Amino acid sequence: MSSILTWSTYVIVFGALGVLALRDRAKAMQAVKVAVKSFIGILPIMLAFIGLIGLLLGVVPTEVISRYLGQGAGWWATLTAFVLGAVLYIASLVSIPLAASLLRAGASVTTIAAFLTGLMMVNTVTLPLEIKYLGKKMALSRNLLSLVFAFAIAIMIGMVLQ
Amino acid sequence: MNTNLPQQMSGGAPQGAPVKMTPKQMLADYRWVLIIALADLLVWVFWPAQAAPVIRNTWDYLVEMVVILIPVAVLMGLFEVLVPKQLIGKYLGRESGWKGVLLALLFGTAPTGPLYVAFPIAAMLLKKGASPLNVIILLDAWAAIKIPQLLIEARFLGPSFMLVRLALTVPSAILMGWLIQKGIERTGGLDLDPAGAESIS
Repeated sequence: MSSILTWSTYVIVFGALGVLALRDRAKAMQAVKVAVKSFIGILPIMLAFIGLIGLLLGVVPTEVISRYLGQGAGWWATLTAFVLGAVLYIASLVSIPLAASLLRAGASVTTIAAFLTGLMMVNTVTLPLEIKYLGKKMALSRNLLSLVFAFAIAIMIGMVLQ
Repeated sequence: MNTNLPQQMSGGAPQGAPVKMTPKQMLADYRWVLIIALADLLVWVFWPAQAAPVIRNTWDYLVEMVVILIPVAVLMGLFEVLVPKQLIGKYLGRESGWKGVLLALLFGTAPTGPLYVAFPIAAMLLKKGASPLNVIILLDAWAAIKIPQLLIEARFLGPSFMLVRLALTVPSAILMGWLIQKGIERTGGLDLDPAGAESIS
């Protein structure tokens, strides 16, 4: 299923690039340039996270992961994962593989979902910047509401997929 | 943590000349990779039985990541070139209704780059008269349901995880936008810092 998805992504994306190249070579070249730049830009942090995942999965027994992050670990594990997600800044492109590795090693769906929704929706690290651009009212209310919605979404994902 | 902010996929300046990095900068960028490699080496020396699983897992995830990251990067390049950020404001005004909501969602899921890239754009939109409802939807979509990110999510966590989260996030973003808009109206409008807003545009 996911490999069909991946290959259709290849066909669609490179098809679109081909069409663009036929219509406007300069724009297509610019798109490729941005793509290469993005790829190179994300590489250091991505490789570090992949190394971390490999190390974690190779060294920490899955029993330990499922004991502390699995179904049996209860609400504290979910809450801790959520708070960690909310205060950390990790690009989702690298945090998703990390979350997936923990899930495959026995963590519960709810806990992993809480980590991810917290990370994506509650933006503590960039909050000062957000206040500067959008004002206190908007920035603070957005992040406070996000806190509530992100946790609720994680719980619901857990209920649907557990 | 936020020491990595400038290195995220920003795709900010498409015309930028190829960046020449000094060895020192490269070393700084790849310091975590080196530290992990060193840890791997220590495992290999002191705990040889675990070396094989570490290498196998690292390799598996590397392949999986690169396979999906290639089309994702190209997609980001296409969005950067094809989605005119300046035009967005025209369609997100207070009278835009459901069309505005839909467009805010679309514009939010398309872009490249981390959320902090969206703040100056959001500030510009507010100044040009976009409604807080639409701007919040745009920011929430940008933060949580960008298309490149959804592709990675479907690949690693499975299509059902991605779809359930997407289905829950879209109505949440709309509801949040509506609540915040009401709140802002009741309390006498936005509190944008005029100096701050001026210096960014």
